[in-house]
Amino acid sequence: MRPVSYSRATDVATAIGAVSADPQSAFLAGGTTQVDLLRIYVEQPRRLVDINDLPLNRIEELPGGGLRLGGLARMSDVAEEPELVRRYPMVAEALLLGASPQLRNMATIAGNLMQRVRCSYFRDVAAGCNKRAPGTGCSALDGINRGHAVLGTSDCCIATHPSDLGVALVALDAVVQTESPAGQRSIPIDDFFLLPGQTPEREHPLTHGELVTGIDLPPTPVAATSRYIKIRDRESYEFALASVAVAMSVADGRITEIRLALGGVATKPWRARQAERLLDGAPATTESFTRAAEAELAPAVPHGMNAFKIELARRTMVRALESMAQREGTT
Amino acid sequence: MSTAIGASLNRVDGRFKVRGESRYSAEVPVPNLTHAVVVNAKIASGRIVAIDTSEAERADGVLAVLTHRDLGRVATVPKLLPSLAGLAASGQTFFPMQDETIHYAGQPVAIVVADTIERADHAGTLIRFEYATTPATTLLDQARDQAYVPERIFGGLLPGHASRGDVAKALADADVCVDATYRFAPNHHNPIEPSASTAVWEDVDRLTVYDSTQGPNSVQFTLAELLGLSPISIRVVSHAVGGSFGSKAMVWHHPALAALAARHVGRPVRLVLTREQMFTSCGHREEQEQQITLAARSDGRITALRHHKLSLTSPFDDWAEPSLQSPSVAYTSPNYEGIYHLVRGNTITPTFTRAPGEATGMFALECAMDELAERIGIDPLELRLRNYSATDPESGKPWSSSGLTECYQRAAELFGWHDRPPPRSRREGQWLIGTGMASALYPVTQPVNPQRARARLYNDGTAVVEAGVSEFGTGVFTAMTQVAADGLGIPVERVRFVGGSSDLPNVTAAVGSAGTSAVGSAVHLATTQLRDELIRRAVADDHSPLRGADPAAVQVRDGKMVLRDRPDVGETYADLMHRTFAPDVEVLGTWNPPPQDAGYGVHTFGAQMAEVAVDADLGVVRVRRMVGVFAPGRVLNRKTAHSQLMGGMLWGLGQALLEATRMDPRLGRWANASLGDYLVPVNADAPDVVVDTIEVHDEVVNPLGMKGVGEIGVVGVAAAIANAVYDATGRRQYELPITLEKLL
Repeated sequence: MRPVSYSRATDVATAIGAVSADPQSAFLAGGTTQVDLLRIYVEQPRRLVDINDLPLNRIEELPGGGLRLGGLARMSDVAEEPELVRRYPMVAEALLLGASPQLRNMATIAGNLMQRVRCSYFRDVAAGCNKRAPGTGCSALDGINRGHAVLGTSDCCIATHPSDLGVALVALDAVVQTESPAGQRSIPIDDFFLLPGQTPEREHPLTHGELVTGIDLPPTPVAATSRYIKIRDRESYEFALASVAVAMSVADGRITEIRLALGGVATKPWRARQAERLLDGAPATTESFTRAAEAELAPAVPHGMNAFKIELARRTMVRALESMAQREGTT
Repeated sequence: MSTAIGASLNRVDGRFKVRGESRYSAEVPVPNLTHAVVVNAKIASGRIVAIDTSEAERADGVLAVLTHRDLGRVATVPKLLPSLAGLAASGQTFFPMQDETIHYAGQPVAIVVADTIERADHAGTLIRFEYATTPATTLLDQARDQAYVPERIFGGLLPGHASRGDVAKALADADVCVDATYRFAPNHHNPIEPSASTAVWEDVDRLTVYDSTQGPNSVQFTLAELLGLSPISIRVVSHAVGGSFGSKAMVWHHPALAALAARHVGRPVRLVLTREQMFTSCGHREEQEQQITLAARSDGRITALRHHKLSLTSPFDDWAEPSLQSPSVAYTSPNYEGIYHLVRGNTITPTFTRAPGEATGMFALECAMDELAERIGIDPLELRLRNYSATDPESGKPWSSSGLTECYQRAAELFGWHDRPPPRSRREGQWLIGTGMASALYPVTQPVNPQRARARLYNDGTAVVEAGVSEFGTGVFTAMTQVAADGLGIPVERVRFVGGSSDLPNVTAAVGSAGTSAVGSAVHLATTQLRDELIRRAVADDHSPLRGADPAAVQVRDGKMVLRDRPDVGETYADLMHRTFAPDVEVLGTWNPPPQDAGYGVHTFGAQMAEVAVDADLGVVRVRRMVGVFAPGRVLNRKTAHSQLMGGMLWGLGQALLEATRMDPRLGRWANASLGDYLVPVNADAPDVVVDTIEVHDEVVNPLGMKGVGEIGVVGVAAAIANAVYDATGRRQYELPITLEKLL
């Protein structure tokens, strides 16, 4: 890796001050993706500010029944938090279906949202990649792109957003809390992930040195009946080919509330708003589910090897909705 | 008298490994050490027109930046020869950094030596290369029309084509024909330990290299040729090796590059390949396509097999993994034609990858057999039995031992094969359930050179046994401890086996599932000859209770030589040695392997069965259970043999469902050269695996009748899984791996 200086911050203000003051610096949290990227020269900061000692690892009750996940809370700790498991099972499931136990012990919640894409061209510094080196072209458009996105793509970038957690969080309308020298702010999670468009290098609306301090899960009663389904080649330790986060309530055979998001197929954790609109109030039947899934995927754009993902995502959505309907039907 | 052989002895090196005390080649403490990093070509074809190393040379900690301009020339151009031959064993007929030509992406173009590995790595990125690029061939589809039939393959050891009988006539006369083409993604080995070499020049003509290898002697001989030194100038040590699967079977460039760099800087050099470099520096299983035509009578009897393979090789060598050999003798077939077709491409020469050839060739044959069984309307197992060959169909000679029909029978019992429901009749929720089977064959390959081991008994009744074999996870040190204990008639606790150095008695590299049998034969001879020497001394010694006895009437139990029919008469080795002032007694045992063609067909056999569940909507395939029954001859250690066979079966699962290296032909580079992107099975993928063995006695192959367990476990698994997928879904699979989009 490029020679880098390293310091450890013990309070938020110092950490933010140190990174804000130096454009070539970066926060270091769990490091499970970042250190890999440093070692292959994809990220080349000259200064790392280790934030693992900051008091941001708690899980707290919010007034009104929500939960606040500290930005430095570890994936494994959050996944085991009893109140989270009870109120937001799809979040716990998304966490446990991601990475491996060792990685989950290291990786943080904020780092999970900030993780970079798995596109092999992004990671190959000798290949063209608009995200890593703006203006060098997207090698994935006509390349090895089986894992790439079919939704939210542009002619500049088709890299899939890799987070499982993010998918559950966009379904929940979570809110990202940040802090910078300019103060604190709250960013709705759907706005926190940017589409690549013509600026794929820009993934979040953060200023340099702005720190994700926490994630708020709003009180969402429907989320108590929710699940996360992840489809992949191997049974564990792989990113999704398609995933679905769904929370649903059904009364008298009709859907009374629906939260639906897709992973593994889009350039950001994908809130399936078109499908939600069609499902809201609709009969909880396979027919409704299929129609909604088809509508959500209507704008999907295939690129060679990943064409199957459109059909896979459609079927995975139907599978997830059917399983929720069955569960609701028996309670 | 065997008591140790066959027992489930725990690994003798196990406690050192779990305590982190084993020293791998990149961990051996060496004073004054420096670190080398190899810089690789990013283009696949062309030449270097300019290099600027000035910035790299100025970087902190850098001791040397070497390119083809200043590395120096190797003494001889290496020649590919499989390490089984016991000689120098370069992985390809090419050595890099000798001129400006680039033949494949990943070819070494520079070495940086620095005081830390991080500084060496960083300086490597500061070298500026200017290339003139020429068009590259990296996929079969780019150059099918340029295929040729090589005279010989596999480093000259096997013919490029073979035939018997009249295939054309048999095809014309057949009642049923199955004709299918199978495609295979390239595979990489991915051992957990990347290859590493630490080179230490103790003098201008005295070099020690700590190297992760399957054969320390192979590395010694290869380095001698490349460096223009005598073997006496070179010592190669492999204390512990973290897996190989064929990636360390041949000698690649890194040990010689480390030695050259160390000579240049005048300090010891450690060179560790990165995970990414493991994809371009040690060969791989080549991209290939196989066409099978099976002709049969209406009763299922095969009348002809035609088997062609098309694969990608390097610019230097006619390499193909020998996919046609085992299928050609799997069943009785009077008419046969097997032809290798090669396409030259911009790649390193491919190499052995666990079950090299058998894993792919038997996939093609056993999938075609499944199709034939269906066409004829008989059970797939019955079809195999009808075509069982009691002799080697190629030579007509009897098998040295077989056990294949017993393997089928035992596997069928364990699996419940005969109770299986009709095809496509089982569904559990979203899952379609299916079952499939395949035969497994793996050749018994004999080393060429004599195999040696030394046994030394001390006068306290303990023994050290030595041979130059390396321990790369197979359990060979443990098995040799058992062989030695039984040979000497002493408990395993009193034996220490030492291996892993070219200074020790020479054995061939542990390849072709023959490593344990080669060194085991030498250890058996050394220890039994040592035992006989002690017995001879005892019966000739006037003070021995055994004086005058017939040596053949003496046996040894627990270190005590006693009369077979009067066990109360005798004395211990220690008593005899103390009395006769012998501090130790030592014997060098030499096993001269029989010729490969010794009047018998020599193969290892087995049967594989698998049950899969296929998600009816999503195409996901999960293997639910596997049964493998094998007839590997003498089993030295039940536990490690079981682990080897089970590990092989899980490799087969990976081959079937997951493993593929993806080439981007525009860049000429692999697109998934990491363990995050190249998928191997994880524990969660491992199903219920049942492993069993059938005992066969083999007097032909070697003194203990060992046939090897290292690779047979892989063979046939992918076919059993593919056939099970067909049973479940009605969709034949002609391409590996079987990823879910093929079943959507």
